[in-house]
Amino acid sequence: MRRYRLPFLPLVVGLIAILAAVPILTSNPSMREELFLVFMLVTLASSINIIMGYTGYVSFGHIVFFGLGGYFAFYLMQVQGWHFLAALVAAAIPSALIALLIGIPILRLRGAYFALATVGINEATKTAINNFDPFGGAVGMFFNFSIYAQYGGAKAAGELAYYVMTIVAIATIATSYVIKRSKFGLSLMAIREDQDVAMVVGIDPARAKVVAYVISAVFPALAGATFFFKNGIIEPGHAFDLLRSIESLVMCVLGGVGTVAGPIVGAAVYEWLRGFLITNPTLANFQLFLAGLLLLVVVLFVTPGLVGWLRNRFPVLRSYVP
Amino acid sequence: MSALLQLRDVSVRFGGLVAVDGATFDVERGTIQGLIGPNGAGKTTLLNAINGVYRKHSGTITFDGETISGMHPFQCAKRGIARAHQLVRPLNDLSVLANVTVGACFGRENLGLRQATKVAEETLASVGLGDRAEMLAGKLNVAQKKKLELARALASRPLLLLADEVLAGLNPQEVADMLGIFHHIRQQGVTVIMIEHLMHAVMNVSDRIVVLDYGRKIAEGTPQEVQADPRVIEAYLGDPVVAARFLQEGA
Repeated sequence: MRRYRLPFLPLVVGLIAILAAVPILTSNPSMREELFLVFMLVTLASSINIIMGYTGYVSFGHIVFFGLGGYFAFYLMQVQGWHFLAALVAAAIPSALIALLIGIPILRLRGAYFALATVGINEATKTAINNFDPFGGAVGMFFNFSIYAQYGGAKAAGELAYYVMTIVAIATIATSYVIKRSKFGLSLMAIREDQDVAMVVGIDPARAKVVAYVISAVFPALAGATFFFKNGIIEPGHAFDLLRSIESLVMCVLGGVGTVAGPIVGAAVYEWLRGFLITNPTLANFQLFLAGLLLLVVVLFVTPGLVGWLRNRFPVLRSYVP
Repeated sequence: MSALLQLRDVSVRFGGLVAVDGATFDVERGTIQGLIGPNGAGKTTLLNAINGVYRKHSGTITFDGETISGMHPFQCAKRGIARAHQLVRPLNDLSVLANVTVGACFGRENLGLRQATKVAEETLASVGLGDRAEMLAGKLNVAQKKKLELARALASRPLLLLADEVLAGLNPQEVADMLGIFHHIRQQGVTVIMIEHLMHAVMNVSDRIVVLDYGRKIAEGTPQEVQADPRVIEAYLGDPVVAARFLQEGA
């Protein structure tokens, strides 16, 4: 028996590409800004899902790679005068190397100890950058407006950043999908379920986890580089913001941990909800309160998240929505 | 050809406790080797030493001509040692098929995902779980979980299967099913070390038996030899003279 399978990946990639084209074609800058943010959140949530959802390691301070990618790229552009695209690619390399060096010791920890270690690393990095003069210390770095001239002005630079963020988001989703459907992904999920059994059946958990961690670190680094290029200013508090880290975890949980579609749905719903709350005059003050309440409701009553719940409710979906 | 598995003076210590004390025996290719002994005799510990879970043992373990002492469990698995645990350990949130595919993927043959899935389907059918493939492993009942545990081990097409009390907790019909699976395994030429408390089963299915007591090997031989050995009777029942009288009176 051969089941017909909807091509999930081309479908999602196509949808995102069409969606991304809308604000360009209708020259709607506020929608473009909104989508830029959504694609960034999708990238953060999907990449955290690789280490948290597939492998079972809750990386609480994952935003550290967003900040590092931002700082490396910013330094190359501001101080060394590199082109954004070159700086983008170059920034991913030290971020991946740092993930490798951090990952080897801390992935030996399990459960809450790992989560705490990642928070510690984020805070330690923030403090280190605060005192690192080449990166501007506590003040950070900012672009001279003229730096955007080589991209055809600030508006064109903003559009370039938007395209790049779209591509980064698509690349993250594609990677997440390929991993989920691969032998490597199966080894990660076996580790998540029972690391000792994974080892007994022939998986080297230490190696698999580090590879997963490095992959999940590269995409936030790319997102950070793009975000701060567009932002034009970077400082430690903004780059290593633990709240953003927690938000990407919330999006993952909201959409469905361990599924490819979950973090996408979670990021979109979370951002839509925040936009709705902030613009509503009576609810604006309760924005974070309601976000917290929502998380509580999801964790208590819809543990598998939106996508996970749908998959459990309608098992047919399992073969269509990975 | 030399024996598939050779243990030479293998000891495992936990602090002051000697759980396995100088175990020395061979397991010939294609045989089923029973491993019996009273509770706490060190049987499971010995299996853990063989597949690398307790890497820090003294003595030497040779598998297929290669010393495997000190290797990690995944290195042992790659060389063809599979394990079915006493307390079943399914990967709960994965489907039954995915569980067995994990076994096929990362074991000795290191198959690709597509081929491994095929092997997993065949293996599931052979243990009678073919119709449960899409279920989540956590939702199986105990007997099914035991079969799954065995299927996951077998899917790696191991040279040596370490089966730890796979019959415990099963009803007579399920035991009979499981013994059928073991006969099938033997026909395929897989060597097995089985720990078992069900005496009629282990005596029936084993070619040779090793008896452990307090971590020491106290007897080794065919099922008949072991059954008649006074040291074995003593280990299980206490004083051999009293035990013999007890057995006669019982009969």
